[in-house]
Amino acid sequence: MSTQTSAQKDTGKAALMMTMQLMSPIKNDANDNALLKIEVKGLNVYYGKFRALNGINLDVRENQITAIIGPSGCGKSTLLRSLNRMNDLIPICRAEGEIILDKDNLLAPGMDVVDIRRRVGMVFQRPNPFPKSIYDNVAYGPRLYGIRRKADLDGIVEKSIRQAALWDEVKDKLQQSGLSLSGGQQQRLCIARALAVEPEVILMDEPASALDPISTLKIEELMQELKQDYTIVIVTHNMQQAARVSDYTAMMMIDEQRAGRMIEYDQTNIIFTRPKDKRTEDYVTGRFG
Amino acid sequence: MNNHSVRLRAKRKTVNILMLSLTAVATLLVIAPLLWILGYVIRQGLPAITPQFFTKLPTPVGVAGGGILNSLLGSLMTVGLGLAIAAPIGVLTGLYAATHPDAPLGVFVRFGTDVIAGVPSIVMGIFAYTLIVLPQRHFSAFSGGVVLAFIMLPIIIRTTDEMIRLVPASLREASLSLGAAEWKTTFSVILPAALNGVITGAMLAIARAAGEAAPMLFTAFGNPFLNINFNQPVATLPHTIFVYAISPYNDWHAKAWATALVLITLVLLLNVLARLIIWWRTRLLGSIRG
Repeated sequence: MSTQTSAQKDTGKAALMMTMQLMSPIKNDANDNALLKIEVKGLNVYYGKFRALNGINLDVRENQITAIIGPSGCGKSTLLRSLNRMNDLIPICRAEGEIILDKDNLLAPGMDVVDIRRRVGMVFQRPNPFPKSIYDNVAYGPRLYGIRRKADLDGIVEKSIRQAALWDEVKDKLQQSGLSLSGGQQQRLCIARALAVEPEVILMDEPASALDPISTLKIEELMQELKQDYTIVIVTHNMQQAARVSDYTAMMMIDEQRAGRMIEYDQTNIIFTRPKDKRTEDYVTGRFG
Repeated sequence: MNNHSVRLRAKRKTVNILMLSLTAVATLLVIAPLLWILGYVIRQGLPAITPQFFTKLPTPVGVAGGGILNSLLGSLMTVGLGLAIAAPIGVLTGLYAATHPDAPLGVFVRFGTDVIAGVPSIVMGIFAYTLIVLPQRHFSAFSGGVVLAFIMLPIIIRTTDEMIRLVPASLREASLSLGAAEWKTTFSVILPAALNGVITGAMLAIARAAGEAAPMLFTAFGNPFLNINFNQPVATLPHTIFVYAISPYNDWHAKAWATALVLITLVLLLNVLARLIIWWRTRLLGSIRG
């Protein structure tokens, strides 16, 4: 009995090693000294009577990329969308606990969601540019905040599109529709649009899942650039992507009541090489999920 | 086995041809009367159309010449007023119904719209007669415009509602995630994204209203003279067709056909214009379902 278990463990380890070799190198520049940007404490989220998230704790460090992984339906997106109160759009959705951004509790009564969303931007799963020109897509946010002078807008638009590594491809056609771009370009346009309001944190909900491998690579490279100036939280189904891009990884899973729980949270290289939880190991080696 | 599959294939092809023929016949049955009506109206109406037909007022029976300038202006006034009333109210109501589909008022709007759309236009005419003409003690272009607004409203509300709901929710989320307020999102992202459909709806409403004769009997009433005062009765194209067509005079019959041709052509031109606007907008902004 016990020998069988240890044999299983050995094959498990071997599989893990093999997976590691197949994957691109796991990032190892997590910085535990980085300041805490967002602190999630005891977060419960309910859809009506159903509890979707149970007691989530998560530390998001400044200028680091934090990945949230886990099987479908474990509440990754619900957690992500709590961080800029996008869940408020669902009338029956309710959140308890604390989400501290710098010193402000985002769940405190009286917090202005418009202000929160300006500080915490979002990039969605499918590119969703507005049916407006490339320029107007990026200028949309700044205009919301009262920037009207053309010279100012021009500057912000160029800076944001440059930051999103899209400038060379679109600089001669800023007046064309954002929808005329390819899928990967559209997603970078959406990133530029989010950057234009100069958020502190950028949430990415599977930002590359609707894109081809080359566009995916571009987005991943872009994330490394953006990390210099922004704090990034990414939800991904793609474990290799989490291993490639993130500094910290949070592993989520549902419990018996089908509520999402945080199973393990650590530096990405630890999650992918020496996970403490058996379920994390099974998941990252692709044995279920 | 082999034989069987051959037989199956023959059967499949036969059924395919049969179905295709059926749909083709059905399509022809629909198109044929349309072309027939159009052709007939053109043949009957074209001889009476001269430049004067558009620039002159009607002449008494037996006097040659004369035109329908008064009806053209009257239609422009009543339909224009109707659109000016119905378009903003209809679009806003449609927006509300689309963004609050489950709210009691949203459900009521949709139900009420269907009911209003089912009310015969002559009843609308009597309604406006009671509401406006009787208290004012005179017929007017204004009352005609109000009736047409009632006729246009359900069409505009319905198409706006449906078109807004076709706009992907992801656009709304994108706008809100940038910190835009709900009203800002609705007016600067969702409505522009649905505007092509809204324009189409407005065109449908105009086409419908421009052809209404029955309610005009109680409101705009008709007027053989030139009038641009909204407080006075005016002639309108469909009403003029009605008056000319039921008369016993041959030259009036010819004028009825010519007026009908003018009305159909105007509606057609309006539709072409709408298509052009939509084509131009799509080329400039791209299609959300692209």
